[in-house]
Amino acid sequence: MTETENVLMGSARVFGDNINTDYIIASKYKSKVMDVTALVPHVMEDIRPGFAATIAPGDLLVAGENFGSGSSREIAARVLREAGLSAVLARSFARIFFRNAINVGFPVLEVDTRGIEEGDRLELDLSSGVLRNMTRHWDRAVATLPPVMLEILRDGGLAAHLRKHRGFAFAARGVNRG
Amino acid sequence: MAKAGDFVLPDIDLVFAHDANRPHPVDVLEEELGFVDVFDRERVLLLLDHYVSPTESIANLHRRLRTFAAEKHVRLFEVGRGISHQVLPEEGFVAPGMLIVGADSHTCTFGALNAMGFGAGSLDVAAAMGTGKMWLRVPTSIRVLVRGEWPAGVFSKDLVLFLIGQFGAGGATYRSVEVEGPAIRELSVDARMTIANMGIEMGAKAWLMPADAVVLNYLAGRARYPVRPIEPDHDAEYESVHEVGIDGLVPQVSLPHAVDNVLPVTEVVGRPIQQVVIGTCTNARSEDLKIAARILAGRHVHPDVRLFVVPASQRVLESALRTGVVEALAKAGAILGTPGCNGCVGGTHYAVPSDGVHMVTTANRNFKGRTGNPNAFIYLASPATAAASAIEGKLADPRPYFQ
Repeated sequence: MTETENVLMGSARVFGDNINTDYIIASKYKSKVMDVTALVPHVMEDIRPGFAATIAPGDLLVAGENFGSGSSREIAARVLREAGLSAVLARSFARIFFRNAINVGFPVLEVDTRGIEEGDRLELDLSSGVLRNMTRHWDRAVATLPPVMLEILRDGGLAAHLRKHRGFAFAARGVNRG
Repeated sequence: MAKAGDFVLPDIDLVFAHDANRPHPVDVLEEELGFVDVFDRERVLLLLDHYVSPTESIANLHRRLRTFAAEKHVRLFEVGRGISHQVLPEEGFVAPGMLIVGADSHTCTFGALNAMGFGAGSLDVAAAMGTGKMWLRVPTSIRVLVRGEWPAGVFSKDLVLFLIGQFGAGGATYRSVEVEGPAIRELSVDARMTIANMGIEMGAKAWLMPADAVVLNYLAGRARYPVRPIEPDHDAEYESVHEVGIDGLVPQVSLPHAVDNVLPVTEVVGRPIQQVVIGTCTNARSEDLKIAARILAGRHVHPDVRLFVVPASQRVLESALRTGVVEALAKAGAILGTPGCNGCVGGTHYAVPSDGVHMVTTANRNFKGRTGNPNAFIYLASPATAAASAIEGKLADPRPYFQ
């Protein structure tokens, strides 16, 4: 990840609590289309029809509690990135979605998202872990990722991580106590 | 000994994927991770369970998976053989103490057999297929003790819906949930799998139930791997401990459009419905179909209702044929489907409701659009509540049918 990629700037696109993976991408499209690009027009379609067409590259998805609950479909994380969103900010995440996003190299961060309104200008500094709301003039600290996930994200996702280290890097450092 | 919060990289005992995964883990394994083989051909499995009526693109995906299985010498369960979460236990691939990674969030079902089942995405599953490992953060644990006698007409589905209503959809996120107690020991393996199946609906990372005599008896002559029951340490620390008494439990229903939107059936009886599904990895096992048949025998589905019944596996179907269950269901007007996931997710293109339909299903999710149409309304309930509702054409309390 380069220096400039460490700061993400974009508009807030605000959703509520318990946004599940069926809402992110409905299974009826998943079964018809094998190509992630072709799924982009259907992002969030069942709860906000037409949303995909309004995404500007770099927009940040903002949500409440338990984002990404439900099925294990990794395509949910891939399609959000493919749609042009730069990250998801939520008060909490469902664990399978959270892993999937990091594994595909898509930033997902826990932060207090209360008070962020649709269209707010946000600046997210991934290095210092600070979220800045330029519209409302406040800063908030984002939760730091566990070291294992930070390393996978910095390597560009799980595939790049496994190729770079010829396996899981943390195995060699004695993290395996199982 | 690993403690809660530790990061570990354990050996995985079994890895599986099915035909609804996108991108497919076998493609990720070869194309993104660059593996030419799986870590152990006896510990990797594929199932064609989601699409029993393949479209052209799905038929070609099935071909790709058959070719992969033949080339790598891994086992593949064909179309119509049944749902992963039923086929793997009944074929002996799940045993106490195993760590199982599946490309499906309901892999937590195996907790009913005292195994740790983790649902995962394509990259984690592909990495596990290639390396035999998956990193995990050891979760903290929640303990739920269930006591009391099961009232007539109240089942394990009612208990798990009640628990989800109490904990909320994210109430067990990152946690392992241990469910035990005298009322659990009364349950069959079929009934226990219904409970463990829905662990993910409260966000649980894993779900564990005891390897008692019922489980060990189920595994006798069936388990293909060593049976190594796991029990809590004597000094185990729990984040919270909950006691639930079921003596006064009434049938429960999840209302549209959230699984944790739970009410006793008594508060919603009488709402008209037009469709019922008895199926899915939650509630389509032999015991479930028997309960439905017991209610439907000698009665008929309401003229305004379509009742779809989809057995969880071919073996469940065989058993239902032998025991007269299929005959009772067919005579009552049920529409019988091919064993598999059809009727659950909309992508299966089976029993998709029209706009404005209110439907009762024995499945585990009622999100808007889950069954293929965002303009329909989905209620989750037990097979008994589903069968009673199919007869009456409205949400119904099944308890009078057990008197």
